[in-house]
Amino acid sequence: MSPLDRIANVSILKQHEVDKLYKVENRPTSSTSDQFCFLVRPRIKTMKYIADIINADKMAGRSRKYKIIFSPQKFYACEMVLEEEGVFGDVSCDEWSFYLLPLDDDIISMELPEFFRDYFLEGDHRWINCVARALQLLNSLYGPFSKAYGIGRCAKMSYELWRDLEEESESDSQGRKPEIGNIFLMDRDTDYVTALCSQVVYEGLVDDTFRIKCGSVDFGPDVTSSDKSIKVLLNSQDKVFSQIRNEHFSSVFGFLSQKSRNLQAQYDRRRGMDIKQMKNFVSQELKGLKQEHRLLSLHIGACESIMKKKTKQDFQEMIKTEHSLLEGFDIRESTSFIEEHIDRQVSPIESLRLMCLLSITENGLIPKDYRSLKTQYLQSYGPEHLLTFHNLKRIGLLTEQSPGETLTAVESKVSKLVTDRAAGKITDAFNSLARKSNFRGISKKLGLIPRVDGEYDLKMPRDMAYVFSGAYIPLSCKIIEQVLERKSWLGLEEVLRLLNGNEFSVTESAGEDSPAWESQRIILTVFLGGCTFSEIAALRFLGKEKGYKFIFLTTAITNSARMMEAMIETKA
Amino acid sequence: MLTIHCGQNHLKESKRAVNSLRDIVDDDDDDLEKVSWSGDPVGSKCRSTPSYSLSDTGVKNYAPELRRPKAEYKDYSSDWSPKDTVRRMQRGKVCSLERFRSLQDKLVLLDEAVAGHDGNIITAVKILFQELEVRQVALCHLIHFLKETSEQKLLLDLLRFLDRTEEVALSQYREHLNIQDVEKRREFLKGCIGLPFSAEDTSHVQDHYTLLERQIIIEANDRHLETAGQSEIFRKYPRKASILNMPLVTTLFYSCFYHYTEAEGTFSSPTNLKKTFKIPDKQYVLTALAARAKLRAWNDVDALFTTKNWLGYTKKKAPIGFHRVVEILQRNNAPVQVLQEYVRLVEDVETQLNLATKYKCHDVVIDTYRDLKDRIQLAAYRCKVERGSAEEEKIDSILNNTQIRWKN
Repeated sequence: MSPLDRIANVSILKQHEVDKLYKVENRPTSSTSDQFCFLVRPRIKTMKYIADIINADKMAGRSRKYKIIFSPQKFYACEMVLEEEGVFGDVSCDEWSFYLLPLDDDIISMELPEFFRDYFLEGDHRWINCVARALQLLNSLYGPFSKAYGIGRCAKMSYELWRDLEEESESDSQGRKPEIGNIFLMDRDTDYVTALCSQVVYEGLVDDTFRIKCGSVDFGPDVTSSDKSIKVLLNSQDKVFSQIRNEHFSSVFGFLSQKSRNLQAQYDRRRGMDIKQMKNFVSQELKGLKQEHRLLSLHIGACESIMKKKTKQDFQEMIKTEHSLLEGFDIRESTSFIEEHIDRQVSPIESLRLMCLLSITENGLIPKDYRSLKTQYLQSYGPEHLLTFHNLKRIGLLTEQSPGETLTAVESKVSKLVTDRAAGKITDAFNSLARKSNFRGISKKLGLIPRVDGEYDLKMPRDMAYVFSGAYIPLSCKIIEQVLERKSWLGLEEVLRLLNGNEFSVTESAGEDSPAWESQRIILTVFLGGCTFSEIAALRFLGKEKGYKFIFLTTAITNSARMMEAMIETKA
Repeated sequence: MLTIHCGQNHLKESKRAVNSLRDIVDDDDDDLEKVSWSGDPVGSKCRSTPSYSLSDTGVKNYAPELRRPKAEYKDYSSDWSPKDTVRRMQRGKVCSLERFRSLQDKLVLLDEAVAGHDGNIITAVKILFQELEVRQVALCHLIHFLKETSEQKLLLDLLRFLDRTEEVALSQYREHLNIQDVEKRREFLKGCIGLPFSAEDTSHVQDHYTLLERQIIIEANDRHLETAGQSEIFRKYPRKASILNMPLVTTLFYSCFYHYTEAEGTFSSPTNLKKTFKIPDKQYVLTALAARAKLRAWNDVDALFTTKNWLGYTKKKAPIGFHRVVEILQRNNAPVQVLQEYVRLVEDVETQLNLATKYKCHDVVIDTYRDLKDRIQLAAYRCKVERGSAEEEKIDSILNNTQIRWKN
């Protein structure tokens, strides 16, 4: 499903005289319409495809009208490309400032999955403006936000840009009662570990297994137990889903079977009914029961499909390895597991993910392991992944524990060309590029690995660690918890040092003396670079515990697979 | 209007002119980058006219300082191509770089300058690059932009200038993904070998080339064998896909499947692949096992693990755990007798028991419980075997054996 589907599906578009929908790709279209309208993100590649279509038409002597609608905004580079391709005069351009897609009651997505690679790998700031505009929009609807917290360079830039926009705009937010009191911005690279872990809460598991797109998922024949596939919208409207989405997978089966039994009991009531009661039953209750039955079958089918896939994949062993890495035990064993995983050609994405998890938790692989695992990966999954490894190194997800010799050589060469002052800047820039992880230190200071006496109760969890079966409290969520508790970053100095700083905390409260208590409970959590369902589940739990309500704004929903895929080089 | 005057002593002025870029491109890490790469000054209200990030804004402050006597503007025209502009610059005449608004154009200008071999001009434009260099953010934007617009030549020039030689190599190597024709790709990869990769990556690229070269030969041979219809293995198991561009391990699997018995001398033999690419034993055994198991060639599987020690006794050994062997055999529906043999070789007793129970290797379970002297478990297992079977009899006879000192 695409964002457009959530707003205007094909039938609505057809009512407005749209003849047919095509995906913009590197392919000619065969349409007889005399008007083409392109609704696109401002990507250069897309401009080239559009130009090709227009030029093909010109060559064939077809004349049509072309309109390009850029969402959420037009980039100058796009116009330039259209100019170069000689089609700028043939198109009319518009902008559709569509920044926010609500996926659920508490989740808003900007549907910008490219944000992660563009900013964190390529160092491109093109989307920061969009984030600022999104914040401006939310602030105008639900603000003014009285307190802002954040961590990360991108968070800082987005915040500052947003403040600039607010200052420049003439909107008068004085006297309005805010509905959202606080905002917390976080860069994805503050916590890569959480994003790399296998998810075990139901919603996360469904995302990992089936890939949820724009809040909806495609369940195939193996789930529906028929020969049809079905598209399902997964949000709080689905009564069954809303009760299991945040639960640990081990609780879900039990819950669903209990529900099935209840449902059966409801159905069975009709046995003892007279005509009048039966009529009543059919008119009032049957529809609801049928609906519930349908949803239950779907989710049970999904669970069964998940179980089947996981048993096949040695899921237990993999989780054991992940937990070892998180806790810092049996590293050699974990490394062997990963090596075997690669040898067996189990899955290129999973193998990569495990290597990255090892690297981030251990502050890089030892050179011997790095070389050997890299060679084996290239042998198992293809030599072109040389490029993937380079990307992972650049972004800091998969690095080598060497004393940065290569860095120094380049540094010194470049320094010769510039003044000392600038040289210092380069060192900083390079250092930030090859960021150290320091996960173990952070984990210790924040107590991310819970000490458990006996079994960890997953049905009645006592902390956020339940989202990872009790083994690990998500770092991102823990940071948010601590800052909200302290209402500042005080006392977290050591952790901040290990996280490479870039934190901020600002109290706006311009003119608001005593902000409404209600709005103070509500925190808009902004994830720059993506947010996982596990983090959402954990923070929902935290919210219930502490009386907060979290609203999630993310550049896109993400998981480990999406992150890995973003790093792989495909055809140009 | 941004003008650059060249000739003697103009390095300083060139530098000053280029410094006018500082206002636009300055990237203090503490400050916000005020110009987004799209060119629109961030936060500006005016969006309708596209502005050009590296020229207009702020330059006007410097223009008065650079203004020259009117005479020198006499034959000035704003319509010159990059080539002409550079030529004029070389002759010390006034020219405007305003025309070359887009960064694209500026880089084309650089190319012309380089082609003109005038060090002075190259330096002037080099300074442009230099200024960019200390502005990491702008630099990242530029590089990303060049990648997106597939300006390969300009990208490589820039990277070379920055001495990021490894990226030059990788950037060029990346192009192979766009070459569909295998012969052309092979040629291209051959050309990549000499590029400034790190030592390890050079050997990876070398391997990539060698692998593709082999695959082309194998593919041609096998296609021929298939169509000739003489080879049994190809008749029984027709190929579903070509081996071209497959990873090494997949190629090895293919080779173990279709060419297992060939001598080391041929390009398609597994042993040749192992030697050429230095495939570790572990990987080799795993792959060969998977292939032979798929063909249900249990004798071959046997031979993989059998070694003779110096006294001539045979013994089974594996560089991978035997539990993995069992798994692979089971996945390929190996008969219980074969499975059982390997389950027995699993070292860890618990794992062994689990596997044996899971795959119904009754004899192994019975023997293990007997060895562990676990009466209760053995009795419990009795209901899992078929009534009246040999296994049931075996259990009964063991349970009735008064000589065994049971632990429970």
